[in-house]
Amino acid sequence: MTAYIIRRILYAIPILLGVNILTFVLFFVVNSPDDMARMNLGAKRVSPEAVENWKRERGYDLPLLYNQSATGTGQFTDTIFFQKSLKLFRFDFGSSDSGRDIGYDISQRMWPSLAIALPVLMVGLLLNITFALLIAFFRATYIDFWGVVLCVVMMSISGLFYIIGGQYLISKLMHLVPISGYDTGLGSIKFLILPVIVGVIGGIGAGTRWYRTLFLEEINKDYVRTARAKGLSETRVLFRHVLKNAMIPILTGVVVVLPLLFMGSLITESFFGIPGLGSYTIDAINRQDFAIVRAMVFLGSVLYILGLIMTDISYTIVDPRVRLS
Amino acid sequence: MISQLVILWTDALVFLLMLVAILFGIYASRKMHLRRPWRQVVRSRVGMGTLVVLGFYLAIALLDSIHFRPVLEDSAGGNGTTQSAEVISLFDELVSGLRKRQEKTYSAPLAVQLYAKENIELPDGSVMRDYPRLRYGGAHLENPESEWSSDILKLSGFGILKGLLVSFITANILIMLLAVRKSRSYGDEARSILKGHSEIPWRVTFLVLACMLVLVFWSAELSSKYHLLGTDKVGEDVFYQALKSIRTGLLIGTLTTLVMLPAAILLGIMAGYFRGWVDDVIQYTYTTLNSIPGVLLIAAAILMLQIYMSNHADEFNSLVERADLRLLFLCVILGVTSWTGLCRLLRGEALKLREMDYVQAATAFGVSHLQIITRHILPNVLHIVLIAVVLDFSGLVLAEAVLSYVNIGVDPTMNSWGNMINSARLEMAREPIVWWSLAAAMIFMFTLVLSANLLSDVVRDAFDPRLRSNR
Amino acid sequence: MGISIRPIIDDKLWLLLLLSAALLSACGDSAWNDPYPGDDKHRNTIYSSFTERPKHLDPVRAYSANEYVFIAQIYEPLLQYHFLKRPYELVPLGAAEVPKARYYDDQGNRLPEDADNERIAVSQYEISIKPGMRYQPHPALAQDEAGGYLYHSLGEDVISVVNTLADFPRTGSREVTAADYVYQIKRLAHPPLHSPIAGIMGDSIEGFSQFGEASDLAYEQLKQSNGIGKDWLDLRLFDLKGVEVLDRYRFRVSLRGKYPQFVYWLAMPFFSPMPWEAEAFYSQPGLGERNISLNWYPLGSGSFMLEENNPNLRMVLAKNPNFHGERYPTTGEAGDQEAGLLDDAEKPLPFIEKASYSLEKESIPYWNKFLQGYYDTSGISSDSFDQAVQFSAQGELGLTEDMKEKGIQLQTAVTTSIFYLGFNMADPVVGGDSDRSRHLRRAISIAMDFEEYISIFNNGRGVAAQGPIPPGIFGNRSGNEGINPYVYDLKNGKPRRKGLEVAKQLMVQAGYSNGIDEATGKPLILYYDTTSSGPDGKARLNWMRKQFTKLGIQLVIRASDYNRFQEKMRKGTGQVFMWGWNADYPDPENFLFMLYGPNSKIDHGGENAANYENSEFDALFVKMKNMENGPERQRTIDEMVEILRRDAPWAWGFFPKAFSLYHDWYKNVKPNLMANNTLKYKRIDPVVRDQKRRDWNPPIVWPILLLFIALVASAIPAVRVFRQRERSAAR
Repeated sequence: MTAYIIRRILYAIPILLGVNILTFVLFFVVNSPDDMARMNLGAKRVSPEAVENWKRERGYDLPLLYNQSATGTGQFTDTIFFQKSLKLFRFDFGSSDSGRDIGYDISQRMWPSLAIALPVLMVGLLLNITFALLIAFFRATYIDFWGVVLCVVMMSISGLFYIIGGQYLISKLMHLVPISGYDTGLGSIKFLILPVIVGVIGGIGAGTRWYRTLFLEEINKDYVRTARAKGLSETRVLFRHVLKNAMIPILTGVVVVLPLLFMGSLITESFFGIPGLGSYTIDAINRQDFAIVRAMVFLGSVLYILGLIMTDISYTIVDPRVRLS
Repeated sequence: MISQLVILWTDALVFLLMLVAILFGIYASRKMHLRRPWRQVVRSRVGMGTLVVLGFYLAIALLDSIHFRPVLEDSAGGNGTTQSAEVISLFDELVSGLRKRQEKTYSAPLAVQLYAKENIELPDGSVMRDYPRLRYGGAHLENPESEWSSDILKLSGFGILKGLLVSFITANILIMLLAVRKSRSYGDEARSILKGHSEIPWRVTFLVLACMLVLVFWSAELSSKYHLLGTDKVGEDVFYQALKSIRTGLLIGTLTTLVMLPAAILLGIMAGYFRGWVDDVIQYTYTTLNSIPGVLLIAAAILMLQIYMSNHADEFNSLVERADLRLLFLCVILGVTSWTGLCRLLRGEALKLREMDYVQAATAFGVSHLQIITRHILPNVLHIVLIAVVLDFSGLVLAEAVLSYVNIGVDPTMNSWGNMINSARLEMAREPIVWWSLAAAMIFMFTLVLSANLLSDVVRDAFDPRLRSNR
Repeated sequence: MGISIRPIIDDKLWLLLLLSAALLSACGDSAWNDPYPGDDKHRNTIYSSFTERPKHLDPVRAYSANEYVFIAQIYEPLLQYHFLKRPYELVPLGAAEVPKARYYDDQGNRLPEDADNERIAVSQYEISIKPGMRYQPHPALAQDEAGGYLYHSLGEDVISVVNTLADFPRTGSREVTAADYVYQIKRLAHPPLHSPIAGIMGDSIEGFSQFGEASDLAYEQLKQSNGIGKDWLDLRLFDLKGVEVLDRYRFRVSLRGKYPQFVYWLAMPFFSPMPWEAEAFYSQPGLGERNISLNWYPLGSGSFMLEENNPNLRMVLAKNPNFHGERYPTTGEAGDQEAGLLDDAEKPLPFIEKASYSLEKESIPYWNKFLQGYYDTSGISSDSFDQAVQFSAQGELGLTEDMKEKGIQLQTAVTTSIFYLGFNMADPVVGGDSDRSRHLRRAISIAMDFEEYISIFNNGRGVAAQGPIPPGIFGNRSGNEGINPYVYDLKNGKPRRKGLEVAKQLMVQAGYSNGIDEATGKPLILYYDTTSSGPDGKARLNWMRKQFTKLGIQLVIRASDYNRFQEKMRKGTGQVFMWGWNADYPDPENFLFMLYGPNSKIDHGGENAANYENSEFDALFVKMKNMENGPERQRTIDEMVEILRRDAPWAWGFFPKAFSLYHDWYKNVKPNLMANNTLKYKRIDPVVRDQKRRDWNPPIVWPILLLFIALVASAIPAVRVFRQRERSAAR
């Protein structure tokens, strides 16, 4: 087991290296250091010397990949690629192009993101499973039919609409919660209610339909028929057997997204003014702060790979037949 | 005097896509294992109903994909005619009334006045503050207060009548054709269809068709005199914008898949079939791509395109071409972020297939890899490709709206539902609220996505044997 | 017992509901949607917002409005603009009085005030500052009993656990001296700090550039020996020829030639005192990496200090306990007394204890929160305009009934800024000195219906420009004598934009009849460069196209990001563009310099984005620049404006009007477009505010109850089916 995990982690290194090279190429082709400097020095009265100065200060005056003027290993380490991209492997994110420490910002903004994403996931899971079970219970009745239709209808509505509608209705007309903003500690709850509700409702359609399919698949298996033939009541069959067995794909599906919850949601966070990592990323894109974008890309990849590893491990835990080798 | 045809990149691809679809249709009709599920699709009521709705969307998108430069009437006279630099589509030409009737600013659906009061200078020089009449909307009315409602009713009645008439004629022609084909009498055929006994649910089809036709004629009648869905901030007809957005939505949904398809199929099958280092390389590639958050990749790519465009500004001398290239690029980059899922599925399937007896036998006889792949493996994974394409469609249409919000979607000058929703954000804060842009975008998008979702359900049930047995 | 799981789920749901209900009621008697912590509501705090994290709070670097919101309250430059008087008048702030220039010729002989410009070689300003001003409490100034600085040689163990400035327990303060002002001017000259005004000051202050060279060299050497940013270069050790300390409270600035606009710069935060201790403290290794720097934690002597700096959430200014004291002005403009603006005369400033700025990116939530009483003031975005403001039957602006009922007040002012449509004069089609291009430019100027633009996109909040100088700035001619005869006619005593036929006639003269180039027979295509994106962008671009289509010109829009846009401007590859300018100081020179040839963007990287060059104009500009305001200057400006109108390098665009709304508990509001440090004059009534907030935000719960009942009702048939199923399965 440990050996397997270690191997998986080692396997992740070339992938992260690939991510790094790709983003490096993308971002330095897109945005030369000169552009970055001008962006950051502001609009009024910028001289070419100021641009050079800025680049020198942030270390963008180095060559991209190979430094001819340096000696020894310096030929490779005194380059933008080494200084800006490879250092990410040590989780040394450096400072953003406007001069703030990215690592500190990430550690601060991670929690608001999690405060939305986790409740959305948990409440959503609870509701989706409940609804899916209900629909599965009433399968082949009008409840099933209309339930599925409702799910498809809800899936077909753009998420933006839920946000705009929710804000308008609950905050503006009914004065129930603040329209946007955030606070630390317990005070944050009143800000979180609306985004969580919106997030959950937006996910109900797709989630319920997906879980319903899982349940139906289980229901048609032989052991369920046997159980029913034994004279077990329908509810008992559903909860004892179907739910228990369907939990395997559900849980592994959850595990894979778990680490990515830290990344937050781009749209929700910026609509509700929540200072999480999602809005951090959006701001960075709009401001073209590519140091932050690079850091976020790297972080996202790391978390994604972490999710994959965790999924593999969780398989072995819930299903002893799978053995990692 | 002939207008100069302009073929945009996406136009070419759309027609290529149509060609591929038709070829695939011909191919599928010859293969038993592909024909049977399709038959199941057209035999389902939901399937036929949504196909009709999607057909209307498709027709508009195709009409909107034939672009040309119109001929300018040269009033200076003498030196003949000149081509306009503006590129318009056949669809624009058909609804040129909608396109050209621009008001000054906001007006509500079917209104005869602007939405906000303005200073109106009276002939005697004094200034009055009132709602000014629209330049076009309801301009034929002498006395709007008393005539408006009856005029609307009259136009509606007229439009509905026309729609019913046309659908009646169409239905009759179709029934006749069907009767001829099955060599039955017209009466028998009509009876069996009306009772719902026909194999293909023609009754539902005709019903949906009639609904759509009535809607088309009703809206055409009303929008010839009014702005059916109001006007936006600069007075453009919102109904026109929503119609124009259909092409954008459909293109994003389909071209993205088309662009990614060759790579996904080729790499997926190769990985599964050859295994070994080929598999390793391909797996490495898609895991790497997959692990980059999609939005960031798209953002970077769109920025890169903008740089390319500003460096080669002279190559794009019309707005449409610039917007078009950006749309194409968006499709490509969306494709890059979404091909990995399909690739992985195909790899798994190819892994399974290569162990099959007939493939093993072919290998033993020394049949070349290329032949094995094209003869034995590719035909057997096509249903997976089809399901993936249909399933992805609605997600991509919805994604466009979200990307436009982050300003990395289609060109801001292009008509798209995302752009409409994006501008509607500000309109929602107006008092009284300007709701029609948002509503129009939502309704058009919702109809398309709902149809696509329903159809994809039917298609998946038809093609996925595992699920079929469960029903 | 088949339903063992259901009750558990229900329990959890109830628990959740109860919990949230409890939390909501825990907010006490304040409204449910109050976005601020409960204990804040009676405080004397002003609530406002910021949309983007300010990049620089260091007065050497800060140059944009969103930075001045904070640092103008924290730092005290030498001068300030009088809060109430108009036209804008400079009054002393850190200085004891507004300095007067003394002129000397190249021999060092004193010259009279009205001496010829050519003879003036040096102008000197002797500035004395107020004694007794003290800095805010700050760890950089904390001293031990022996007088040594507590935190100037921190060990790595201390620095590694520090995250904010509040982690240093002790603070100190000291008196502001003339040397601190001089130290700051030296910082302006120090190249590694990239002050945006270093170029301008280098042109005028004597020895400024030489100082920069010397300090830069020394800094490079220091870096070589210690590594980047590892140590502090004490600028006190270097001499700046033009800036001398005379004694503890006096210093002298010598300028090359005559530069009357110099005093305006003294009112900007660039000329605030900066204690050397601040740099010595912040330059310690490791602090910069932890975001502890002058850019994030200012050290000033002004009326406020930055108490909380969390750019991800909020920034809080609090009253500076060491503030030297200032009193509310006793005189103002006519009408100020009636408007209640002098009610607080002679009272000590500042009135409020705190100002809390929350991060608010979107305009809609901001506007809604303002209406709910959670922000004290608001500008009006174009989309909420109709809700707030209406025109009376006479066409006068007023607030809507809704707003009046809430006691909201309105203030308007034409801003000292301009939005213009520029033509790139280096472009072969629209630019150049030929009659052909001039006619084309004028035709476009007529066709661009800025009145319509203002009415659609700014809801009438703006004035179409007749020339480059906005109203309220010397040199602007208001009324009918100020109209631009090339674009406007006088009809019924009112300026009227010329009809389209005039523009079309000009197009014919330019050889583009109906937009078709007579030489080639092809339609004229122009390129419009813009950064416009976002929700409103599409509408703006469509409008733009409509204007050009009127003349038969096809407008191709090249949208790009701001970086690209600036690059195009620098390279001169743009053709038609729209840009804006916000005045630095109330002087016509600050507008006309954007059309001065030697400021052209392509050749000199200046602010003349149109790359306009006209020798006659340039000569007049040099002359006008150094004149005192008076009839002669007005005449020169008139001549210059006439040249510009004839050549039409810009379609003159418009001067936006600023509308701001504020609640009636917010006092002492008078728009002052030059002063940034007006927070100290503001007063609020927190009791009224709290009452109104509660009145305006009653929670409406019945739809939720209704929804709940509907859910329960819809469950009834389901329960029946459930029973049936259970029975049938059990059978």
